[in-house]
Amino acid sequence: MPTQAKSERLMNLVICLLVSRTYVPKARIRQIVGGYGDQADEAFERMFERDKEELRELGIPIETGSNDPYGDEEPGYRIKRQDFELPEIRLEPDEAAVIGLAARVWQHASLAEATSRAVLKLRAAGVETDTGALAAVEPRVAVEEPAFWPLWEAVRDRRPVAFDHRKQPGDATLRRHIQPWSVLSWHGRWYVVGYDVDRGAPRLFRLSRIVGDVVTTGDAGAYDVPSAREIRDAADALAPPRQTNLARIRVRRDSGYGLRRRAAAEQRAADEWDMLTVPFADGGVLADEVAGYGADAVLLEPEDVRKRVVARLRSVIGESA
Amino acid sequence: MTRRPGGAQEQVSRLLSLLPYLLSHPNTRLADVAEIFRVSEQQILRDLNVLWFSGLPGLAMGDYIEVDMESAEGEGVINVSNADYLARPLRLGTDEALALVVALRTLAAMPGTYDRGAVDRAAAKLERAAGAAAERAAAVRVEVDGDAVADVAATVRRALDEKRRLHLSYWVPGRDERTERDVDPMRLALADGRLYLEGWCRRAESVRLFRLDRVAAISVLDVAAQVPPQARSRDLGAGIFQPSPDDELVTLELGPAGRWVADYYPCETVEEIGERELRIRLRVADPRWVRRLALRLGGTGRITDPPELVAAAVADARAALEAYEGTASAASAGSDVRSQPMAGG
Repeated sequence: MPTQAKSERLMNLVICLLVSRTYVPKARIRQIVGGYGDQADEAFERMFERDKEELRELGIPIETGSNDPYGDEEPGYRIKRQDFELPEIRLEPDEAAVIGLAARVWQHASLAEATSRAVLKLRAAGVETDTGALAAVEPRVAVEEPAFWPLWEAVRDRRPVAFDHRKQPGDATLRRHIQPWSVLSWHGRWYVVGYDVDRGAPRLFRLSRIVGDVVTTGDAGAYDVPSAREIRDAADALAPPRQTNLARIRVRRDSGYGLRRRAAAEQRAADEWDMLTVPFADGGVLADEVAGYGADAVLLEPEDVRKRVVARLRSVIGESA
Repeated sequence: MTRRPGGAQEQVSRLLSLLPYLLSHPNTRLADVAEIFRVSEQQILRDLNVLWFSGLPGLAMGDYIEVDMESAEGEGVINVSNADYLARPLRLGTDEALALVVALRTLAAMPGTYDRGAVDRAAAKLERAAGAAAERAAAVRVEVDGDAVADVAATVRRALDEKRRLHLSYWVPGRDERTERDVDPMRLALADGRLYLEGWCRRAESVRLFRLDRVAAISVLDVAAQVPPQARSRDLGAGIFQPSPDDELVTLELGPAGRWVADYYPCETVEEIGERELRIRLRVADPRWVRRLALRLGGTGRITDPPELVAAAVADARAALEAYEGTASAASAGSDVRSQPMAGG
């Protein structure tokens, strides 16, 4: 059973390096950790290097060093307990319950696995993550864009990347070189915000419009990330713009609810009509919306937006505006 | 990090949590451990077999981890000892800490749904335990419009906890209607960055999803919720908007400025026609919705099939234009407010 033998060897190596107070020289490891002793020199070297690498990938901090920095002794290895162990963590039942719930949030294979492993570590440390009381709540964060994982890693490691991106569906793609600062989700869509090296300014890109692979173009820690405030400002394009204008819209009773729920004022007007005062940011967007209500909403002011509504309605019946 | 499933690396990763778990939980049932670690009982037995051959360097008598294999294989009860040096699990890895902290912050952005205090305390303790691994957690954010619906969410949560019926005043944008309905709540869900109530709607007599930001008024009724046994939760992974094959198939042609429609609504087919124009076909449950869409699109897109809907959209536009003609003089007689800035805005 090759897996069994290798798992035993890795476990015994971890224990050996963890219980030793001093660096354990390689030759000594070869003697006392089962599975190495019967290997030829070269095979042992390869096996030991690979084992170390696999343990480090798991997050096990294997240190290299020498017990006698002035001697010419061969360097050795150890695992410092305080770097290895999960620190003490005590959670109240309500705190543990929300952590159990947090573990169900990610609908993405690698992240779901990562959270499951984290929760198992917490359970092994005595945290009981019972989510029974929260069973009726289901928070899901979906990630379907293939560009997500490489960008998560790039943001995590501060590593510059390049990718092909389409501004609008149907547009030609453009090669972009970015220092990613943050990945964020807005109404279920993922974006990356970062410094666009070619344009010399912060930019925001929608992940679903990235075509092909995201490739790394530099080392980890290659750039500094600005303050949270600056990142937020760069991502501001996602937030609804400030509504600094006012429109007066006549709306038929029992209709126009989309306008009513953000109206600054609502008055009864004649007959079957109510008069709304609606704040808005962009006249074109408001004209689209009001046109959608057909004869149930009539925008009275401002005049320029009113003209745009009328133009839209005329195009529907085939008249040019 | 990608681990070959079933490989030694994956097994060691699990063992480093399994061992401290078993040391602190004597007489644990094999079936329970398999469930917690989400592997088969056979796999747990194989894991125990690895531990059985592990121990202090040199592996002399008394150095081995003690595993009662007989009791594990026989009665299905696990006891492990003589491994105090691995009594604590490995610290959290960067991805583990980040994924969990970002998930917690997402929960914190849903006020009313959870006890915010518990979420904040849990996140703080977790970040402290994770140390440097959690440092970059702020770099990943899930924006949730939670604040605006906090009161509605809290009311839904109370009804769920008390298993009582809700009354909703709910806006249906596709039909521009405000509807009154009694709903027996099933769950509160976050999907696509928005909060939803899923429940048995007594008016529709079926399971419905209600977006909380479209709830105009909500109250908990003094009636016990009765979710019928045939009520099934929807799989939200398939998307919130799930057209039915019975819905009418509508064809639209979109100009360059109307292409967003293909991006926004799930289409049955999308084809490029001419210079940056699209022809799309989508399933429409309520024709009023697509008629309104046609008015919104104006010159940037139009319905081309079925003919009744083409005619209906034109009739809608004519009726609307008449309404505008009726008010034209009134508006031009009044003061011409051209995008007047709001005071203090």
